[in-house]
Amino acid sequence: MVVESLKDQGVEVVFGYPGGAVLPIYDEIFQQNNIRHVLVRHEQGAVHAAEGYARSTGKPGVCLVTSGPGATNAVTGLTDALMDSIPIVVLTGQVPTFMIGNDAFQEADTVGITRPCTKHNWLVKETDKLADTIHQAFHVATNGRPGPVLIDIPKDVQFANGTYISPKAASTKHYQPKVKGDIETITALVDAMETASRPIFYTGGGVINSGAAGSQLLREIVDATGFPITSTLMGLGAYPANGKNWLGMLGMHGLYEANLAMHGCDLMINIGARFDDRITGRVQDFSPNSLKAHVDIDPSSINKVIHVDLPIVGDVAHVLEDVLRIWKSRGRKTDTAALKEWWAQIEDWRSVDCLKFTQKGKTIKPQHALARLESLTKDHPDRYICTEVGQHQMWAAQYMGFNEPNRWMTSGGLGTMGYGFPASVGVQMAHPDALVINVAGEASWLMNMQEMGTAVQYRLPVKQFILNNERLGMVRQWQELLHGERYSHSWSEALPDFVKLAEAFGAKGIMVSDPADLDDAIMEMINHEGPVIFDCLVEKHENCFPMIPSGEPHNKMLLGEDADTGSAIKEGGAVLV
Amino acid sequence: MSALKIKKGTSRHSAYDLRDPHAEPIESHTLAVVVDNEAGVLARVIGLFSGRGYNIESLTVAEIDHLGHRSRITVVTTGTPSVIEQIKAQLGRIVPVHEVHDLTVEGPSVERELALFKVAGSGDKRVEALRLADIFRANVVDSTLESFVFEVTGTPEKIDAFADLMRPLGLSEVARTGVAALSRGESVES
Repeated sequence: MVVESLKDQGVEVVFGYPGGAVLPIYDEIFQQNNIRHVLVRHEQGAVHAAEGYARSTGKPGVCLVTSGPGATNAVTGLTDALMDSIPIVVLTGQVPTFMIGNDAFQEADTVGITRPCTKHNWLVKETDKLADTIHQAFHVATNGRPGPVLIDIPKDVQFANGTYISPKAASTKHYQPKVKGDIETITALVDAMETASRPIFYTGGGVINSGAAGSQLLREIVDATGFPITSTLMGLGAYPANGKNWLGMLGMHGLYEANLAMHGCDLMINIGARFDDRITGRVQDFSPNSLKAHVDIDPSSINKVIHVDLPIVGDVAHVLEDVLRIWKSRGRKTDTAALKEWWAQIEDWRSVDCLKFTQKGKTIKPQHALARLESLTKDHPDRYICTEVGQHQMWAAQYMGFNEPNRWMTSGGLGTMGYGFPASVGVQMAHPDALVINVAGEASWLMNMQEMGTAVQYRLPVKQFILNNERLGMVRQWQELLHGERYSHSWSEALPDFVKLAEAFGAKGIMVSDPADLDDAIMEMINHEGPVIFDCLVEKHENCFPMIPSGEPHNKMLLGEDADTGSAIKEGGAVLV
Repeated sequence: MSALKIKKGTSRHSAYDLRDPHAEPIESHTLAVVVDNEAGVLARVIGLFSGRGYNIESLTVAEIDHLGHRSRITVVTTGTPSVIEQIKAQLGRIVPVHEVHDLTVEGPSVERELALFKVAGSGDKRVEALRLADIFRANVVDSTLESFVFEVTGTPEKIDAFADLMRPLGLSEVARTGVAALSRGESVES
């Protein structure tokens, strides 16, 4: 019944790990060929792999894990998916219904534990309700603001026979979130767009979750209006990085021009982003002089952090379609003279060249490693980038460009170290011929390194691009800047030899430390047909700039020593800040 | 070189902005939440309040439509206007929640609570307790020679007032149901 339901939902791959309480389902899996099962090495890996699968395909990812420890190990992944609005369906085994509450072997209150970290969850106590619940779960995971759902299935329910119903017959009616935005507010937004002199689009993961139409319409509206656009970490790729209106990422480690444009704009159009604290900085000083519009499918995102003037509850694609239609029908008006001036101002900020760095000496700068990786892979026809969490993640967001949605998999909201490697496994399962690279730090990577076994077993040629500074780089950076250079427990003295580690798993390892060897080593990694651990020894004390310290507004950024701060801060910055 | 001149080593900046942005007044609102009567639904609602740091002043829940499997949760909560808005939006996105009504802002409403008071005593105090109970239209639902159990219905303020009066007269135990509320007039919320 479970496998039948999954098949009817179009599921092709399940990431899982067997155990006593899910054996009946594993028995069903054994006796069919429609659904492939990927045996991960840890349940957290299964959930992150399903997330990678979901983010790179737009389809829900599916996991199957056992009761007790299987379910509790999945909790981090569930929370990660909840924070980043990723549709995944997790099936957990449970002890038989008559043993629930008895502290049975491998029993945990799974629906209780996962209630706050799922969009919704179910404990199915009757086999007749199993198919209906599974179909409902897919409906809830993928409709409205996407998110993780969990279905807890006791073992006796798995064994029993029940009536099957198809997805069409399932009771999904009562969960139907609103997708069309309010036309009056949309018209007010068009009014504002026609007269704005310093407008900006601020977009987020909601655009990508809205599907291909969301990104397509965003590109159309940005190019037609000529407004500048910046994006959160989660929204990278919705508007192409090589597009002419692109300012780069905003936020704590965002680009100088993007953050100052946010601070100085007079019309902010937030599409599918949620005013996260890594974006806003100090909320009282957040973009003080702008009219703010916010398009979000989740009503609870609106006015949660920042009060907005034009709240529009709806799906990005539906709303953008209406905005475009109304704006076009009214003659495609913008204040072109003011826009020209606004762009001149932005170009002035851009001249600071906030990402500038100088590669010199015999040590590889992490920025240089990523700039070279970008340069050598950006023309690859099918490239996907995952990351772990930390400095390398921010550098990857800064130095790599994404021209299509669903090509960038990173843990944004929860900031889960150990996310990237299993996510890359999930991405590669969905796209077997693609170039899938996980940009990692050595500390994050070690958190889920057991998934090397999965990569090797399923011949997944994932490339683990590790920027190895033998430090918890982001922690070290905060300690340097804000905690008196007291580097409390932010380095590792017992790192493995990554080349030998790769070989121990039956994969290829490459180590590089000399900038002169970097390009050849990267090419060797790309051209190798199997999984690779790429150990790139980088400058140990490099800091990630630009940086807005928490509790400060956008116009108070710290810049790297190479950035050309001369003119812009005095003139441009001071004008609007 | 940096736009922000922070001294190395200062710990004024944490990873989060620690200043409280909410300097707005605190309000009390009565919310009516209609939910599917399914396992765990109350835990979802309460978990939302505890997990996000909202207040519950009073909470009442019971099934109101057996055939439709609907329950009604009446919750009295306090917070700044923006927090109250956020509570309503967060409640609204719980999957088995059908409707959220803010009775405090959606027009006039009636609120009632039922309470039982055990008052032990003898002599003048006992007579006085009975006299005050009469003024409050409280019913005597249990009586011994040394005690009464009063049943009082009314607004929470009336029940508070009755409790204040009973305290010096030998009030020994209180049970309150929490607030149940409905909008006035013929219009139907759900």
